[in-house]
Amino acid sequence: MKLEKLGEQLIVRLEGELDHHYATRVREAVDAAVLVGDIRKIIFDFTEVGFMDSSGIGAIMGRYRLMRTVGGTVGAFGISPRVDKLIAMSGIKKIITIYTTEKEATRGIS
Amino acid sequence: MRFSNDMSIQFPNKSANEGFARVAAAAFVAQLDVTVEELSDVKTAVSEAVTNAIVHGYENMKGYITVACRIEGDLVEIKVSDSGHGIPDVEKARQPLYTSRPELERSGMGFTVMETFMDEVDVVSALGVGTTVIMKKRISEKD
Repeated sequence: MKLEKLGEQLIVRLEGELDHHYATRVREAVDAAVLVGDIRKIIFDFTEVGFMDSSGIGAIMGRYRLMRTVGGTVGAFGISPRVDKLIAMSGIKKIITIYTTEKEATRGIS
Repeated sequence: MRFSNDMSIQFPNKSANEGFARVAAAAFVAQLDVTVEELSDVKTAVSEAVTNAIVHGYENMKGYITVACRIEGDLVEIKVSDSGHGIPDVEKARQPLYTSRPELERSGMGFTVMETFMDEVDVVSALGVGTTVIMKKRISEKD
């Protein structure tokens, strides 16, 4: 996983399989970056994620709650049809914004 | 003659084994004529069941998880068992969005995902003895 700070935005480049094991690491890394970086928007890059289970949903929901405390938002892009199957059934599209491209996600919309 | 086969793997409740367990189960099921989507469904369901065993079954304790897979014709049966705490109220645990451990950011969707991706899900649990999740999926006939 790579983290990139772009002003008040934090881009989280996920790699591999977003399960409970990996989600724990994502949570720790992102929360630390948010704490020191004055972040108002977390953007998850799913381009390199081939698998996700409900632990991934839990991790995204957790980051949404974190952003809400500072009036920030959460977005994601690069979602494959397989990952989308889970995202669609979880209902998290109501609380985070799904973008088609990275450019769209970082352009500062919402 | 109907094709039949079975396998069983056992591993300690370390989260690093979640990936191993789902990939092993999917590789076994791949002996059948499955689609990528069906394989992915199996992988996701096994991941949910094994994660439940690690996070809830063996909360604050060490133990082993068994994943047993059986193929009978076009039917796949996967049993995920732990010898952990057991579930006090199975019906409640299976409700969508219910989680006993919100502090761990569990989404409460584990059983819902298993039910969506498999054809049948049964849960047998006894307090202090452990939990077994039995999942069945019929693999579609291919042309």
